[in-house]
Amino acid sequence: MENFTPYSAFSGGLLIGVSSLLLLLFNGRIAGISGMMSGLIKAPRNEIYWRAAFLAGIVLGAFLFHQIKPDFYQSRINFPIPLLTLGGFLVGFGTRMGNGCTSGHAVCGIARLSLRSIVATAVFMTTGFMTVFVVRHLIG
Amino acid sequence: MKLIAIALFCGILFGLGLSLSQMTNPEKVLNFLDIAGNWDPSLIFVMLGALIVTFTGFKFVLKRPNPLFDHKFYLATKTEIDKPLIIGAAIFGIGWGIAGYCPGPVVAGLGSGNVEAIIMLVAIYLGFFTHRMISK
Repeated sequence: MENFTPYSAFSGGLLIGVSSLLLLLFNGRIAGISGMMSGLIKAPRNEIYWRAAFLAGIVLGAFLFHQIKPDFYQSRINFPIPLLTLGGFLVGFGTRMGNGCTSGHAVCGIARLSLRSIVATAVFMTTGFMTVFVVRHLIG
Repeated sequence: MKLIAIALFCGILFGLGLSLSQMTNPEKVLNFLDIAGNWDPSLIFVMLGALIVTFTGFKFVLKRPNPLFDHKFYLATKTEIDKPLIIGAAIFGIGWGIAGYCPGPVVAGLGSGNVEAIIMLVAIYLGFFTHRMISK
């Protein structure tokens, strides 16, 4: 538990929550990142702009943070590219099939007490735990 | 234009939040998912922080007839717990557990100059396209 960082985690969570709340209050939209990303390739044009703006905002926010605190944590090196590609593919496919990811289901959906989101979150947490167990303790 | 400005502002907050909470750090994500190992429960606090705001705030917001800058709320209307939801979420969890990234941190990684994020981004869009082809 030497890497336990509850305060920065909680503060970061608050920012994510405020972002999601403001987007709903002003724009009436749910801050679901996988939906915004996939929306870029299929949504009608006037629905693409706000999505692109939000995603660009994420890039900008992370850029600013990285400028202020470049050594906040060490970035991972030498992670196998095939695993990264496989993981990414499953994330893309799975979030489309299941209509959402950590942001849309676990943050916004649960806040609305949407049963679909509660179930989805329980499922992806469970398979996430199981996958890491298999990768780190059974194979690795 | 107003919608776009708000979205950009909210995106910046979101990107700062992902970075500060270290959701963008795949090692930390995997350590969170590694209950049997050297477990790092920090990310529970990310969800807690986010949910405290959304859970209390959404209630008030959704009592309004419409959002401030649009004429209606765009919410998912489906309520059925169907197979695609379960299987899709399961597949997403497996990918998350393999790579240590969910979609938000991949986008954020583009801003912090993380090379892994570029590979993830391409792979995620491959997943999107594949799902789209199959479901046609």
